[in-house]
Amino acid sequence: MAQTTFGVGGLTYDHSKRQLPQELNVLIALVLIVAAFELLGRALLGDSFLLNTRDNVDTFFNQARLQIIILQVSIVGIIAIGITQVIISGGIDLSAGSVVGATAMIAMSFAQVATVNGNPNPKAVFLEQGWVDLPVLVPVLVGLACGLLAGLINGSLIAYTKIPPFIATLGMMVTARGVAKWWTKGEPISFPTEPFAGIGKGLMPVVIFLALAILFHLMLKFTLYGKRCYAIGSNEEAARMSGINVERHKVLVYAIAGLLAAVAALVLSSKNLTAQAGMGVMYELDAIAMAVIGGVSLSGGRGSIVGTVLGALIFGVIISGFTFLKLDAYYQEMVKGAIIVGAVVLDVWRQRRRGTRG
Amino acid sequence: MSDIILRTEGLTKHYGGVHALVDADFELRQGEHVAIMGDNGAGKSTFVRQITGVERRTSGKVWFDGREVDFPGPLHAREAGIEAVFQNLALADDLDVPSNLFLGREKILFNLGPFSILDRKAMRQATEAALKRTAVKIPNLGNTIRHMSGGQRQCVAIARAATFASKLIIMDEPTAALGVQETAQVENIVRTLKDNGESLILISHNMRQVFDLVDRIIVFRRGRIVANLRKEETDGQDVVAYITGAKSQNLAAAAL
Repeated sequence: MAQTTFGVGGLTYDHSKRQLPQELNVLIALVLIVAAFELLGRALLGDSFLLNTRDNVDTFFNQARLQIIILQVSIVGIIAIGITQVIISGGIDLSAGSVVGATAMIAMSFAQVATVNGNPNPKAVFLEQGWVDLPVLVPVLVGLACGLLAGLINGSLIAYTKIPPFIATLGMMVTARGVAKWWTKGEPISFPTEPFAGIGKGLMPVVIFLALAILFHLMLKFTLYGKRCYAIGSNEEAARMSGINVERHKVLVYAIAGLLAAVAALVLSSKNLTAQAGMGVMYELDAIAMAVIGGVSLSGGRGSIVGTVLGALIFGVIISGFTFLKLDAYYQEMVKGAIIVGAVVLDVWRQRRRGTRG
Repeated sequence: MSDIILRTEGLTKHYGGVHALVDADFELRQGEHVAIMGDNGAGKSTFVRQITGVERRTSGKVWFDGREVDFPGPLHAREAGIEAVFQNLALADDLDVPSNLFLGREKILFNLGPFSILDRKAMRQATEAALKRTAVKIPNLGNTIRHMSGGQRQCVAIARAATFASKLIIMDEPTAALGVQETAQVENIVRTLKDNGESLILISHNMRQVFDLVDRIIVFRRGRIVANLRKEETDGQDVVAYITGAKSQNLAAAAL
């Protein structure tokens, strides 16, 4: 006879153990950090961090500061979206910053105007070939292709040669930076066309960042793609046993991360109206930090885009807060390093606590 | 003979010079529950690995569901209708119950290739139905597997096997790591499977459990099947005698 009397031993449901979303903790941290700067500001400077204190502007919040906070993290934030889905599926991508550099250089060289102040554009790479004043679609597609290629190489190396993602993307990090320098022998490229300059104008980086964040949030939560990312990051063997083509999925994940790095490169070079070989240095670490601060676990399987966006905001608030408190830029870098390490420590600590819970 | 779901003939597996499985002749009828017992290294798990396609056999033949088969991998065995619950469970810790149940066979709302939109509601409903059918009680389906007890995890793994195994379920020591009450829960599920007419091969060291749950007991010793016993015609001491080698059986006569 089948018995249906259960609810014994470990099978009862303890409501106090109900899972609260990880993002809630990150949001609380964000609020606490903002509150800390607000208090410090009022105590040390007699000024408000968050609220408007100028008489000539009629807004409740200090809108200029809020805009700067989100504007300065939105480009790295685009990279962080790509890195988030890489880390969730159990990998890591150290090449994003260098891919930004290489992509910016190559794309920008196809976005040059023919003449500057009536003279032939001195910075145009393809002036002789006549590849100037091209429609904006050309540099955009060239840029996306560069990012896609870098991502495909990363993904194929990791999936099919089975080398650790750390090594594969470290190689790409060095190689892509080399490409960025080789492209013009170190010369910066300036004077983009008007439409290309429009890509990163004003608040466009924020709009693009948030639009991509929403798209990837939906992708990770509601599509097969997202489910496979979490499954592979959580238990690669189980995913393989379940019939998921783990290798193909990994290639896809890194390809998409490369595409997002390319988008960041287009926005960045457009915003700066120039591309340099040194662009995007250390962006990958900032992006990883944003993801980890936002609750994405470096061991894979856990995290979300919402968390990463909140992590990016925390990152932005801290940098902006230091500027607000008139702290030296050198201190900012030192503290940034501490934040990255601190976030990883927090992640390890979180996992250990989960582990002992059984 | 049409009610024979699985038959092996002379199934043999050598690991280099080690003869882990020798000439195993075995039959399982539709709806029958059979236990495989034996000491560590007797060939129980090796036998199961040859059937589920985890390993390729050295020689011998396997018929499953009326056809001769040679699965190149575990996926092919799954597709043919054999589901195995292994000791390492093969669940994704960070996914919830429906996601684990449908891992690799997700229900799709709108097909966009790898970016297809999942039919989460249908998967949740199907999960509830599957758990009901196997009498598995999981309080909160939305919880990740990580937050569950060993018993609950095992129940999810078994529910998954029971949901998709159209023809045969194999469990390799499903209660080895579980407490008393969790073991009782898993045993209840196995009884439910029996009532539902599912065929089952159960590897277990637990004599009480085996006599409680199955119709027939197969004993392995040193890679060979040394006994094929109907439950009613044997007892614990008898089985132990076969396991330790104190007794042996003429298999040619006992095969049918």
